[in-house]
Amino acid sequence: MSLDLSVRVNGEPRRVPGPISIAEMLGELGLDPRKVAVERNFEIVPRSSLGEVCVEDGDAYEIVHFVGGG
Amino acid sequence: MTAQQDIRADTWTVAGRTFSSRLIVGTGKYKSLEENAAAVEASGAEIVTVAVRRVNISDLNQPMLTDYIDPKKVTYLPNTAGCFTADDAIRTLRLAREAGGWNLVKLEVLGEAKTLYPDMRETLRATEVLVKEGFEPMVYCVDDPIAAKQLEEAGAVAIMPLGAPIGSGLGIQNRVTIRLIVEGAGVPVLVDAGVGTASDAAQAMELGCDGVLMNTAIAEAKDPVLMARAMKAAVEAGRLAYLAGRMQKRRYADPSSPLAGLI
Repeated sequence: MSLDLSVRVNGEPRRVPGPISIAEMLGELGLDPRKVAVERNFEIVPRSSLGEVCVEDGDAYEIVHFVGGG
Repeated sequence: MTAQQDIRADTWTVAGRTFSSRLIVGTGKYKSLEENAAAVEASGAEIVTVAVRRVNISDLNQPMLTDYIDPKKVTYLPNTAGCFTADDAIRTLRLAREAGGWNLVKLEVLGEAKTLYPDMRETLRATEVLVKEGFEPMVYCVDDPIAAKQLEEAGAVAIMPLGAPIGSGLGIQNRVTIRLIVEGAGVPVLVDAGVGTASDAAQAMELGCDGVLMNTAIAEAKDPVLMARAMKAAVEAGRLAYLAGRMQKRRYADPSSPLAGLI
């Protein structure tokens, strides 16, 4: 049975269908897990475990990548 | 051995990684990623600084830095630009390590927006935490030989004093303190920030620095690619002059032609 989860991604509220892993959520967002880093509730989620960690209701995510900078 | 061969053999090493180019360039403020990539190429830099920022989820079609500057060919040095506390800087670098997969990072903790002067208390605290977590931080700092020593003792793998405020292009304001830092350091010293034109970069190298890090001096030049070439030449020229050992200054003239045999 599908259950909508309320999360925050990069400061913005989002609803994702659960149950879902972080890797699957990245896929839904159109992101390549190899090119980003993910922080979940202020804790880094290692890339190797993105497929195993499930998104939970109320989670806050920061999804970052490298951009130009000095 | 020619000067060209000399400069190629003249490498420097930071945290076990060896580089030939002593110029590190930033990747901010360019008009386009194409121009940015061309400037990096012209500079000969083997390390570029990059920032860590949120992915724009609502617009994924924006061009990516990694599509223009290949992280397999050029070492990405993630920075903590925009961080005003040790905690923010540490959090940013943890994410950077996860995104890139390496420990070599640039730490900067800023004290205020107006001068972008480093907050050394927070910088030192962040250095200690990062080193405990296995990072290899190259640390942006004030041009203070005592602060530089403290950072080195805390485990900084390179000391990067400012020549002048970030983005100011004012050139090296205190050659004495930069020289003192170089003389006292057991790790590489790079002037980071304040370079405005080629002679500033050459001066940093003549003082004995191991390298120079710059962004705005190239990115805001009228022709960034040409300025990148100029900076490459300046860093090499300054380095060679340092190795060659300059003549002593005299107060008065000393003729270059022999006095004997004058008619």
